[in-house]
Amino acid sequence: MHLPAGAPGARILAFGGYQPANVVTNDDLAASVDTSDEWIRSRVGIASRRIAGPDESVADMAVAAGGKALAASGLPTADIDLVIVATCTQEAQIPNTSATVAHRLGISGPGAYDLNAACAGFCYALASASDAVRAGSAQAALVIGTEKLSSWVDWTDRSTCIIFADGAGAAVVTAADSPDEAGIGPVVWGSAGEHADKIFVSGRESFIFQEGQSVFRWATTALAPVARAACQRAGIEPSDLAAFVPHQANLRIVEAIARQLRVPHVRVADDIVEAGNTSSASIPLALARMTEKGHLGAGAPVLVLGFGAGLTYAAQVIIMP
Amino acid sequence: MAMTEKEILAGLGEIIDEIAGVPADEVTPSKNFVDDLDIDSLSMVEIAVAAQDKFGVEIPDDELKNLRTVQDVISYVQRSAVSA
Repeated sequence: MHLPAGAPGARILAFGGYQPANVVTNDDLAASVDTSDEWIRSRVGIASRRIAGPDESVADMAVAAGGKALAASGLPTADIDLVIVATCTQEAQIPNTSATVAHRLGISGPGAYDLNAACAGFCYALASASDAVRAGSAQAALVIGTEKLSSWVDWTDRSTCIIFADGAGAAVVTAADSPDEAGIGPVVWGSAGEHADKIFVSGRESFIFQEGQSVFRWATTALAPVARAACQRAGIEPSDLAAFVPHQANLRIVEAIARQLRVPHVRVADDIVEAGNTSSASIPLALARMTEKGHLGAGAPVLVLGFGAGLTYAAQVIIMP
Repeated sequence: MAMTEKEILAGLGEIIDEIAGVPADEVTPSKNFVDDLDIDSLSMVEIAVAAQDKFGVEIPDDELKNLRTVQDVISYVQRSAVSA
């Protein structure tokens, strides 16, 4: 049997992010549920979030973010032969979101699949794309995290409606010519299915339920070791990181894990303040914004860590394009 | 090896300083976490997780909600360390 030679590594060429135009502040929420700006800021660290319009779908947002990443990468769409869309909030299971998104972006006939690892989805998708490129199954991949959590939230439940938001983020992945040029480190991933009942939606007529305190305890106990393991597998000391970009679940979780890593000088993403929790979109959205603002230059090593319903988690070190 | 009350208090002071930014010398046995030290339930979870590492004593959420003062935690750690 003939097997492709594959590539010695994979790297990220560019990021792209998209947020809906509608800004919803804490005061807006306090007008309809019993909460306050002060309470939301102190408990979850969110000041405002973006909420998609009624006709704006996860596919629409994926196309917007994916288009930006493709444009920034400089790659012609003809070079993309794999599209992975990480999402857990699409309206229908059939057809998948990725094939439509690829078609709308003008990418002709790529391998296309959706991936559901909830808020860890982007890191899972990035690992899958990296492996596909390395194995020779794909030349270049478009990886997108896109979520419309607002459609799955009970807007009268003050424990969840203050947290979740909408948006999409994308990355273009291609081959690296040598391990030295690789920009996606080995993934450390896993799951804890015994905690499946901590975050769930029981059906389309139902809404997201989250056992906040249990999830907080799990996140602040289980994830720092995962983050350290990802650094170790990539051969990078946590103190040599330029930034730590964990899933923007709750600023308190982000800060707790950062504290446990004991790298006070490392920049920690706080995109949640103005983006809310956008599940699989939060990491690429944060990376796109940090790149745009000039916070992270080319070659900067960044630790990404996704975690969420399942429970699932995944972490890897990436090198900024 | 059983820890003395003083050792637990000192350890707890370090944890609370790091997690909640409350100076360790303000962490005295009679202090109430919420009313005196302004520590909320999420910080209490973090403190419980850190206490588990430091003292080798697990403090589940069901127990945590009953620990209102610094002395409550000291007593809980001593009790659990003995029974462990």
